[in-house]
Amino acid sequence: MNDLCAETTAQGAARLVNAVGLHARPSVKLTQAAKAFACRVEIALAAGGPWVDAKSPVKVMRVRAPRGAMLHVRSTGAGAGAAAQAILALIRDGFGEEARRGGAGHG
Amino acid sequence: MAEQRLFGHGAAPGLARGMVSVLHAAQPARGAARSPAEEAAALSAAIAAARAEAEAQAAQAAEPAAGMLEFQVAMLADDELARPALAAVAAGASAPSAWNAAMAEEIAGYALSGNAAFAARTADLEDIRDRVLRRLASGMPDATPPGAVLAAPDLPLSRFLAIDWQHGGAIVLTGGSASSHVAMLARAQGVPMVVGIGAAAAALTGCEALVDGAAGEVVLDPLDATRTAFSARIGHEAAERARTASHRAGPAVTADGTHIAVHITIGTLADLDACDPADCDGIGLVRTELLFHPCAGLPDEEAQAAAYSRIARWAGGRPVVIRTLDAGGDKPVPGVTPDGESNPFLGLRGLRLALQAPASFRVQLRALARAAVHGDVRVLLPMVTVPQELAAAQALLDEAMAGLTLQGVPARRPQLGIMVEVPAAAICVGRFDADFFSVGSNDLTQYVTAAGRGIASVAALADPLNPAVLALIASVARHGLDRGRDVGLCGDAAADPRCIGPLLHAGLRSLSVSPEALGRVKQAIAAVDLRDPP
Repeated sequence: MNDLCAETTAQGAARLVNAVGLHARPSVKLTQAAKAFACRVEIALAAGGPWVDAKSPVKVMRVRAPRGAMLHVRSTGAGAGAAAQAILALIRDGFGEEARRGGAGHG
Repeated sequence: MAEQRLFGHGAAPGLARGMVSVLHAAQPARGAARSPAEEAAALSAAIAAARAEAEAQAAQAAEPAAGMLEFQVAMLADDELARPALAAVAAGASAPSAWNAAMAEEIAGYALSGNAAFAARTADLEDIRDRVLRRLASGMPDATPPGAVLAAPDLPLSRFLAIDWQHGGAIVLTGGSASSHVAMLARAQGVPMVVGIGAAAAALTGCEALVDGAAGEVVLDPLDATRTAFSARIGHEAAERARTASHRAGPAVTADGTHIAVHITIGTLADLDACDPADCDGIGLVRTELLFHPCAGLPDEEAQAAAYSRIARWAGGRPVVIRTLDAGGDKPVPGVTPDGESNPFLGLRGLRLALQAPASFRVQLRALARAAVHGDVRVLLPMVTVPQELAAAQALLDEAMAGLTLQGVPARRPQLGIMVEVPAAAICVGRFDADFFSVGSNDLTQYVTAAGRGIASVAALADPLNPAVLALIASVARHGLDRGRDVGLCGDAAADPRCIGPLLHAGLRSLSVSPEALGRVKQAIAAVDLRDPP
């Protein structure tokens, strides 16, 4: 929301590979990751928007992005590049769902 | 009052006896009208209190409950959730009605999303709504007595967690779903649960109830004889559980050191959450007719591919046998299976039905081939009678593969096997060029003995230990060994300790059983010595 930093922007896209899309747990992880950055972070189902605040779980859940959808990420402000990279990596990683499940298998 | 039996769907196995306690849904309270500023403050305070309550529960909970509660905390912490309600309050609405209306809109968006994963979250949203409504009514959750049989239209997660299940008890829902979060937790915590019983919850008030979570049966106001027999079953099951728990983890090995593959049979995705993949050698049967919501029909290719892929990933490289839609016989599907057949067990069912109306069969084959890139997915055809049916299915699978390849959709051709349940296939198994074989002991037994298991007067004849049935199983097992093709058995006999010895002596080395039976099956296998005469 800081217009002074608006000159720094980053944008990218990644496919949702986790089992059921951007549902409850992935949404929480995505918003937590976005909140770690001071800059504005937004997501959309199309490169042209509409863009949604990635720090609001209520708004992220309203996107109802299904598995297999291409999720676009846009960040604006200080640290925009790092923020977009981190969010895209999280999406590509399937929000760590497989790792968590695998871990549970040994417990 | 006379004994009354209610039938629903089993959502979590187990037996429980107790008095019914009816849980009433939270309702918006009617309070004295206050100023918009006071209403807004009351709403914000109630949301903060609800968030603190969820946070406290999350801190104490283990997975999977912790993850669900963290979602509720995140939603309650988001100002966006309260924004529409606060706007309505500013315009003069009371806090409870504004909150109720705003949440109704939010929930409707999930329910109508057309996506099962999001529609399933409506229960969490309702739970969030009710937490706040209870705070606004300044009422805490009404206490449920320890060991009570809880009856309600549906049970929100927060209420489930607020109850101490250490003292026993059970859940009986007039609505609800076996794939809900609460059902998953009930299975994990061993709380018997029945959903979808055809009676109003209020009508159960004050009754004594016997709940059989596996059978989906509730007995109200039982006769003394019924209660005595039920109590004996409870005692027997408790003793049995203690004995078998130690066998659940670890390999299944007979007394003479022969390793037996023990797979699990599942009907819903939620079954996976109740089982550790390390406790089984794979999934021996996925019943796809139960995997999806019965009213919605078979879902589209995307939804099926997602569900099958999730199962394949869960198995982590272990084999996953997924049976194509097996409608008909004892599993009628309205609008799919024909009505009025004189004997549905000898009618249009299983693969016969799929080949007659191949449109949805094609969709399922495509979804299965897509899921096969995520693991060792194998496709199992039900009710195969003649080799031409297998050839037709092979051709349709080839067609599906060609289509996927042409479209550049990642896919892998899964192994294609057949159920051996029709005597014609069992007797001449060598005629079938299948990649693997799975003996369906329930249907094979009733077709060989000409006795239906569901007909009490002849049920004793429907015995899988009939020498004719065992001889057929032995011949199928020998065929598999000769040709180097896997042969397994799925059906109730696989989990019946009385049958396990004879089945292993017949040559079977692979069984598929329900997840809860893993312990007792491995225990029964350990007691078998294949050096002894059968």
